[in-house]
Amino acid sequence: MSTIDYTKNEVNVHGNRSLKEIDDLIVAPLDRIPDKRFFIAIGFTSTLLLIGVIGVALSLYYGTGLWGNNNPVGWALPIVNFVFWVGIGHAGTLISAILFLLRQRWRNGIARFAEAMTIFAVITALIFPIIHTGRPWVAAVYLLPYPNQHDIWVNFNSPLLWDVFAVSTYFTVSLVFWYVGLIPDFAVLRDRATGKIKKVIYSIFSLGWRFSNRHWQHYEMTYLILAGLATPLVLSVHTIVSFDFAVSILPGWHTTIFPPYFVAGAIFSGFAMVQNSLIVIRKVFDMNDLIPLKTLETMNKIILLTGTMVGYAYSMEFFIAWYSGSQPEYFTFVNRAFGPYSWAYWTMFSCNVFIPQLFWFKKIRTSIIPMFIIAIFVNVGMWFERFVIVITSLSRDFLPSSWAYYRPTITDFAILLGSFGLFFTLTLLFTRFLPSIAIAEIKAVSEGAQPSHHGGEDHE
Amino acid sequence: MSKLYSVAALFNTPDDIMHAAAKVADAGYEKYDVNTPYPVHGMDGAMKLKSSKMGYYTIAIGLTCMSLMLFFMYWVYNIDYPQVIGGKPLFPLPAFVPIMFEITVLTGAVLTVAVMLIFYFKFPNNAHPLHDSGYMKAVSSDKFGINIEAEDSNFDLDKVKAFLSSLGAYKVDEIYFDEEEANTKHKILDTKFVFGMFLIAGFTSLSVYLHMNKVLYMPPFDWMLVQHKVTSQDKSDFFNNGISSREPVKGTVARGFMPYLFTDDPEGAAENLVNPYVADEENIALGKRKYLTYCSPCHGDLGKGDSRLKGQFPNGPTVHSDKVKSWTDGHIYHVISEGQNVMPGYKKTVTRKERWAIVNYVRTLQRALDAKEEDMQ
Repeated sequence: MSTIDYTKNEVNVHGNRSLKEIDDLIVAPLDRIPDKRFFIAIGFTSTLLLIGVIGVALSLYYGTGLWGNNNPVGWALPIVNFVFWVGIGHAGTLISAILFLLRQRWRNGIARFAEAMTIFAVITALIFPIIHTGRPWVAAVYLLPYPNQHDIWVNFNSPLLWDVFAVSTYFTVSLVFWYVGLIPDFAVLRDRATGKIKKVIYSIFSLGWRFSNRHWQHYEMTYLILAGLATPLVLSVHTIVSFDFAVSILPGWHTTIFPPYFVAGAIFSGFAMVQNSLIVIRKVFDMNDLIPLKTLETMNKIILLTGTMVGYAYSMEFFIAWYSGSQPEYFTFVNRAFGPYSWAYWTMFSCNVFIPQLFWFKKIRTSIIPMFIIAIFVNVGMWFERFVIVITSLSRDFLPSSWAYYRPTITDFAILLGSFGLFFTLTLLFTRFLPSIAIAEIKAVSEGAQPSHHGGEDHE
Repeated sequence: MSKLYSVAALFNTPDDIMHAAAKVADAGYEKYDVNTPYPVHGMDGAMKLKSSKMGYYTIAIGLTCMSLMLFFMYWVYNIDYPQVIGGKPLFPLPAFVPIMFEITVLTGAVLTVAVMLIFYFKFPNNAHPLHDSGYMKAVSSDKFGINIEAEDSNFDLDKVKAFLSSLGAYKVDEIYFDEEEANTKHKILDTKFVFGMFLIAGFTSLSVYLHMNKVLYMPPFDWMLVQHKVTSQDKSDFFNNGISSREPVKGTVARGFMPYLFTDDPEGAAENLVNPYVADEENIALGKRKYLTYCSPCHGDLGKGDSRLKGQFPNGPTVHSDKVKSWTDGHIYHVISEGQNVMPGYKKTVTRKERWAIVNYVRTLQRALDAKEEDMQ
């Protein structure tokens, strides 16, 4: 019989492990000296990071003239990368907050990891607007409203300032959310620690957590509130990032579809990145039971959904460009698809719209290697989406005499590589030094962890 | 013997702990706690706890901070520095909405967590007697515990132990305050603390010193003090004569200048040129300023030939010699314009009016340093 019994909760953790075994499995990567695979991986990512550091150092010493940015394309690769990385972060909050509110329990195995990726992605993203100022040690503080010697304030009307508030709020709240989730796990580590230094460090970070139910009560409520606050926050962040473009008057930017389209795109690319990293993690640390294939399949379904939404947005932009009767708008879109940057446009379109359609097939959705490759294509496509939006619109605006073809320089590429290096180095260090699966959360959803429906009445 | 904190019992399954917690609550104990490795559903009901009030803090904090931010933006735009931006009104409420929203979320989230950790949990607290006990190590992993505190009004050691055993606990322990931890007093003159403070002070001073005196004068932090541009006295690797200052293009006349007609003809200049400017106060002041800039380095401040360059360049002769006194204004003007011996000409850098003003100033100096009786009147 193949009927599904809806009265039973689906099993979220396979392998029927005891609580003790869950501890051991999740904490194992922290206790042992990592094997060769880890050192090869971190050697590779830190090399990328070093390339980026050199690129940034040269840019700060000699000035941003080392980049390809020039009239009329003033917002070139740094802004493309900023939007790309902020987007990557969105999947983490979606998994940890929105799916928490929707009681999607399959999220518990991947929530911690996804939140960590959010934080690292936002750190990586924040580097770009800051170095884009050229001299960040002078310029970065001017982004905040503080009483200063010039006696003037920031412009509260500007989407760029909204962005400062949105992204810094996003970073802070994600960090708090992540840390609140980590407190009980630090206490687990504290009680398992054998070395004195480890014990002191874990004690400090656990704040003296005692697993008291009088605490769990407020803790769970606060976690719910944080999830409730993070949900509109994550939607607002990419909405406000899209305002950076949509509030301007440039053809190709000035469209009302941008906020939902950006949010869908952000979740799309973020899920692809999380899926890629999870496949590596579950392979390297033998966590196939804690992150079951079902979880990856569900993520692929979300990738398919958001990819289709993004495809709809691309088509709708084209339709509105024609339907609006606005000549500059129409020109911009024809120029995107058939102008000098058509190679970027069609890379974007095929990676984001055509390739993810393969996820309609259950066989592809549930086999590791094809889904890994498709997710890489999705990330390439989403990077090119931001490239197409920023570069094509700026390079050919209202005034044909100022049109120019933008080419990134080697320094631009060095910094882009470095951003991947930073992100993956932080991710690897995270898997080595912190529990990459939320111990308390996964215990709570493992088999037999909650009292039977009659709450222990069989004792009477 | 140190002081008893509580009696702690360990159970094996979530069903057992639910049952035990309900019984303990029914038995009238108030100061007791249940410790579980993860939140067990229904435990709040079994312990008869009231539901958490954290949400009220969030909404109160969030709305307060949102209003403060709105008032701040109103104050900035309407009171402190009214300024019309993009033709919008001085109080553009829709433009403020994104920031108000972000501030609500930011303060609501961060301060709710702070209230919970600091005021509800009294964290950080690593000195609690439960820490480091076998009980705590069991409940942090896979056991479920309940502990009844000695301060409870119904507490009686033997009765509590028997009661907990009867509930099915597989282990019942007494938890004591750690004598050493309870009696530790932190002194402000503790050697380690003082040493640490000195270390921090030393590091801070050194880093401030280095930043203010070294780092700020190093590129790229030096406000672009070093620039790749040519300034007037630079040596040039680019031009053949190695001088950065350029000659005017041949056959051209710069704005405000006239061609000089007596280039190789000092006698002609001496005979034909007449000083067109009256030596009034203003003109002499101009002459003085220009003399001090262009002439005094070699000829001295008062024209006595006492160079300020102290031998780095041949001293110019005095202007008080009988020879110079006997020259006409036109002759002095010619020497200023064209130079003589090692002295370069100044017709390209000093305007006609300024050169005549210098002549007047030189005449003034000659007369002042050799003043006669009638000059005093």
